Amino acid sequence: MIADALTGGFTDAPLQSARAFREILEALARPGTIRQVSGARPPPPLSTAAGVVLLVLADPTTGVHLAGAADRPAVRDWIAFHLGAPLVRAEQADFAVGTWTALHPVTRFRIGRPDYPDRSATLIVECDRLVNHGPALTGPGIETATWLNLPETAAFRANHGLFPLGFDTVFTAGDRLSGLPRTTRVEKI
Amino acid sequence: MTDTSPLDRKKWMATLAKASPARLATLFPKMPPHRILRQPEIGALMVRGRMGGTGAAFNLGEMTVTRASVQLETGEVGHAWVQGRDRQHALRAAAVDALLQTDRKADLIAAVLQPLEAEAQAGRAVRGAKAAATKVDFFTLMRGEDT
Amino acid sequence: MYVAVKGGERAIDNAHAWLAEERRGDPAVPELGIAQIREQMALAVNRVMAEGSLYDPDLAALAIKQARGDLIEAVFLIRAYRTTLPRLAASNPVDTGAMAVDRRISATFKDLPGGQVLGPTFDYTHRLLDFTLMADGAPLTDAVPHTPVPSPRGRDGRGGETPRVPHVMGFLNRDGLIETALPDDTPPPDLTREPLELPADRALRLQALTRGDEGFVLSLAYSTQRGYGRTHAFVGELRIGIVAVEVDIPELGFAVEIGEIELTECETVNQFRGSRTEPPQFTRGYGLVMGQSERKAIAMSLVDRSLRWQELGEDFTGAPAQDEEFVLMHCDNIQATGFLEHIKLPHYVDFQAELELVRKLRAEAQAMQEAAE
Repeated sequence: MIADALTGGFTDAPLQSARAFREILEALARPGTIRQVSGARPPPPLSTAAGVVLLVLADPTTGVHLAGAADRPAVRDWIAFHLGAPLVRAEQADFAVGTWTALHPVTRFRIGRPDYPDRSATLIVECDRLVNHGPALTGPGIETATWLNLPETAAFRANHGLFPLGFDTVFTAGDRLSGLPRTTRVEKI
Repeated sequence: MTDTSPLDRKKWMATLAKASPARLATLFPKMPPHRILRQPEIGALMVRGRMGGTGAAFNLGEMTVTRASVQLETGEVGHAWVQGRDRQHALRAAAVDALLQTDRKADLIAAVLQPLEAEAQAGRAVRGAKAAATKVDFFTLMRGEDT
Repeated sequence: MYVAVKGGERAIDNAHAWLAEERRGDPAVPELGIAQIREQMALAVNRVMAEGSLYDPDLAALAIKQARGDLIEAVFLIRAYRTTLPRLAASNPVDTGAMAVDRRISATFKDLPGGQVLGPTFDYTHRLLDFTLMADGAPLTDAVPHTPVPSPRGRDGRGGETPRVPHVMGFLNRDGLIETALPDDTPPPDLTREPLELPADRALRLQALTRGDEGFVLSLAYSTQRGYGRTHAFVGELRIGIVAVEVDIPELGFAVEIGEIELTECETVNQFRGSRTEPPQFTRGYGLVMGQSERKAIAMSLVDRSLRWQELGEDFTGAPAQDEEFVLMHCDNIQATGFLEHIKLPHYVDFQAELELVRKLRAEAQAMQEAAE
């Protein structure tokens, strides 16, 4: 195991994970808002925010898929030590991490079943930056409308059409993150 | 760093995990300078059994377990997973695991591992002797129709 | 119907304070320590661990103390505590063939290799109250001799590594007289993680039974013996002892024994007349329970066997112990006690509605009677 893999986790897990959980909850409850998180220093290319989401949400019972450049030994070891989560194929993933290009095609991810729509994937999409500019978002948790620089709109519109099934998305850039659950309507551009 | 075969390490980690926390604290009272990579974390471990003792796995129930990881100033990393909820036990076991990868290995084997192993063995022997004292031979009594 | 009620806060506080006082009992009598309960009420501790589904003798002893000896309440406390723990991993399946046995008996083979070991059993006691236990500080009578006797596991003469004590079933297996149980390490379903769906497979049934209520499982097992889903079981082997628990440590890439737990294992041998695909042979029922829990392990193996009727192509006779839904949905004493005891809590609105209805029906009946007269 690479020694770096052993560092970069929470140093005060109960407090840090509770705070981070709150931020992730807010991000998904108020889609499009951009939140800041801290406490994780995962190996590159993972962002702090992606590391925090994994530390808070993934554990040995959730399969993690590393897409593209995220799939490298240092990241694998970091996940093994800090999460103990099994690494799985995209089709089995509870969480998938990577750039939008690396995650494609997103139709391969789990969308749940009619009796258990929660048995679906959460995509952690690594972005260069997050700004409230781009396609308009409307729906539950958004008072009127908000905007976010999505990598594309068609896939999210199709995903919304599957409701109550579908995947959920967290966009991450540096120490910032923003949520786009399946309930959000995305403007056609 | 001295050469460590996984087999040795597997064995000493088991010895440290199964030691009573109080006994380990007596044998290894002073923690070496270290930094903590993983704070002692108390959790549950799902214990599995096999159907018929040899067959397919099933979930039997959980047990409490505590894990911790430390790094010595000299760089060696020690891990511990121990039964129960004793944080100090996990930290001490992780520190000994790390020290056993240094040139202090021989000292620690003599001061910590050997006493623990000897005591565990003595404990097993006492229990084994008690069990053996309850060993019976059942005799089938002669039955009328057999004569 | 549920309705929030307010008030009674002081009464509730006082009730709880009184509960604490009653828990302590007469202050002139020394208070029980957790270690005393753990060491001297070990079988109660074992039951709370098995049904609480968490192996931690100190916590089980604490729960028993807090619950004033009400074991189901203690199980409830353990189950509640368990939900606060992160699940760190699952162990490799324990190897009961490597158990350091305290007790190992067979009702089917008297001359089993390794011998019959009675262990600390209630069997062959006279079930007469022992008044010497009432006398404070009475010396231990007849301490077990410490003189080394050739140990059943000390084959190497060093008393070191525990040698394997072979399962009795292995001997029958050699002749093909009993169904085989081949290893399979597929991660089993976990009813504490996924809601129970029926039909359940055998792994789920065993998990439900091992944490199920001892009284319920005992009665079901007894019912199979009396003819309700008859399976005619013999105890092939019953063993109690210590097994090591081994886990794959993700950061190391190898497995480590991280502790030891006491288990009771029971395998029954059951007659089987054969089916279209299987020749006549013996089949097996299996029980594995935390701690020294012999009655529960035997009962579990009988009910396990009884629930396998479909897999073995036997007839469903309508017996409760064959009915998977009946068994699995009712064996958990925390679910049962929760639903049962909730009816003592305020149901004023429901009852008011019932009252209105009965009054209305009575008025209608009276009106009809008067009209007829």
